[in-house]
Amino acid sequence: MTWEEIVPLLWPATWETAQMVGWATLFTVLFGLPLGVALVAFDRDGLRPLPALKSALGIVVNVGRSLPFIVLMIAIIPFTRFVIGTTIGTAAVVVPLTVGAVPFFARLVETALREVGTDVVQAAQAMGASRTAVVRKVLLPEALPGLVSGLTVTIVALIGYSAMAGTVGGGGLGDLAVRYGYQRFETLVMIVTVVLLIVIVQILQSLGDWVARRISHK
Amino acid sequence: MIQASGLRKQYGQTVALDGVDLHVREGEIYGVLGQSGAGKSTLLRCVNLLERPTAGTVTVAGQDLTALPGRELNRARQRIGMIHQHFALLSSRTVAGNVAFPLEVMGVPRAERQRRVAELLELVGLQGRGGDRPHQLSGGQKQRVGIARALAGNPSVLLSDEATSALDPATTQSILALLKRLNAELGLTILLITHEMNVVKSVCDSVAIMSGGRVEESGAIADLIRTPGSRLTREIFPLPEPAPAGAVTLTFTGDPGRPLVSEMVRKFDVDVNILGGSIEDLAGGSVGRLRVSLTGAESSSALSFLRASGLIVEVAGEAA
Repeated sequence: MTWEEIVPLLWPATWETAQMVGWATLFTVLFGLPLGVALVAFDRDGLRPLPALKSALGIVVNVGRSLPFIVLMIAIIPFTRFVIGTTIGTAAVVVPLTVGAVPFFARLVETALREVGTDVVQAAQAMGASRTAVVRKVLLPEALPGLVSGLTVTIVALIGYSAMAGTVGGGGLGDLAVRYGYQRFETLVMIVTVVLLIVIVQILQSLGDWVARRISHK
Repeated sequence: MIQASGLRKQYGQTVALDGVDLHVREGEIYGVLGQSGAGKSTLLRCVNLLERPTAGTVTVAGQDLTALPGRELNRARQRIGMIHQHFALLSSRTVAGNVAFPLEVMGVPRAERQRRVAELLELVGLQGRGGDRPHQLSGGQKQRVGIARALAGNPSVLLSDEATSALDPATTQSILALLKRLNAELGLTILLITHEMNVVKSVCDSVAIMSGGRVEESGAIADLIRTPGSRLTREIFPLPEPAPAGAVTLTFTGDPGRPLVSEMVRKFDVDVNILGGSIEDLAGGSVGRLRVSLTGAESSSALSFLRASGLIVEVAGEAA
């Protein structure tokens, strides 16, 4: 294939990847952030000690993280059908991507929140701050640089996961590389998609690092 | 103002507080002195219930905190300021944002918050620094922000958790002077814990000495100094211990105008040999301690004369 033939394939594939990763990121933050807060807050010496619930959540998170993404994607097909109505296509891929990334992101949120000193949390409690106020006004703002870094790592992982989405008709750059580069022996397509993925990941990582640095006042 | 009775705190098998009573009067600066591990930090954190005591009650400004449900405890805490050894400022906020934090928690409207923050920063000598980030400030300035923040809710009580322990001596003095001024100007009752005798000497009206989870000695400093054999006196005036047999230790408080020792030597047939001594400014007056040895026929009448003149006389080898 010539360059002129490849470019029209690249744009839709990139757009599909962006859509999958974008929506999955949104839902991952939506579910993963509260889950991460719960893992910290329900701790034995947390804001709202519920050790049994915390252990249960921890187990669920670990199960989610021990499944390879490609297995998870197939294993939750019934769930995906229940949520989206189909298991094929870009929209359907967002479900397994989210399910795969939520436990991962939740652990990163947990780590970032634990970095916040107990002294500032206790200072806030000594000022009469409620638990919600401690989470909203102390834990999350103080952990923000760490949360941004965690989000960056999660997005990069999602780009990786999304490459496997081709197997259920999700499309995207990974799918393009497999179908043209591998199955049709179009080495140039393989090289171009790989380079494109590397560039995208580099840009995202640098952007994430820059934002994290900007908002850190340590 | 603060009344704690029968406080016990146990962590598993470890007893951190073993039946502590504390009575802090309105408007005084009360110091809790002790080595690390003595339980003073636990005691302080029991006063605003950051730690819930295993047994005992805490009453602040007439309110039994141990009996309050969560929401009301939070409201009561808004009237109890606290400052911390490592300042505990939020790095995600500016100086002004940190001072505004308790006001936000209390639901004070924005305009009122801004006015109050400016007022508080001026009170602690940080006017114009509101836009700075905590990491741009020196340790002393950070503690001033901590103090401004602690005063935001117009508290009647300020708790100080080793507030000067991370500061150099000169900065320590300036922070202590600030606390003393706030105590005088605002009538603020201050309960502070420290391991530095210097802090107690400079600002405290009363003191409790803790060790092993118990209060060994407590009371107004002026009274403790007059109590023969008090631990406070021995620690403030380090004289060689034990005193050589027969040595006499004299403690004098208040006006040192009358030359008692020379009067004694003229009146009685005794010789005085000075072994050691020092004078300290304490609790608003000066206090001195002198160790002498007396020789001569009229030693015992000479000592009676000193006792009658208001000195505290301790003779080594005799029960106080």
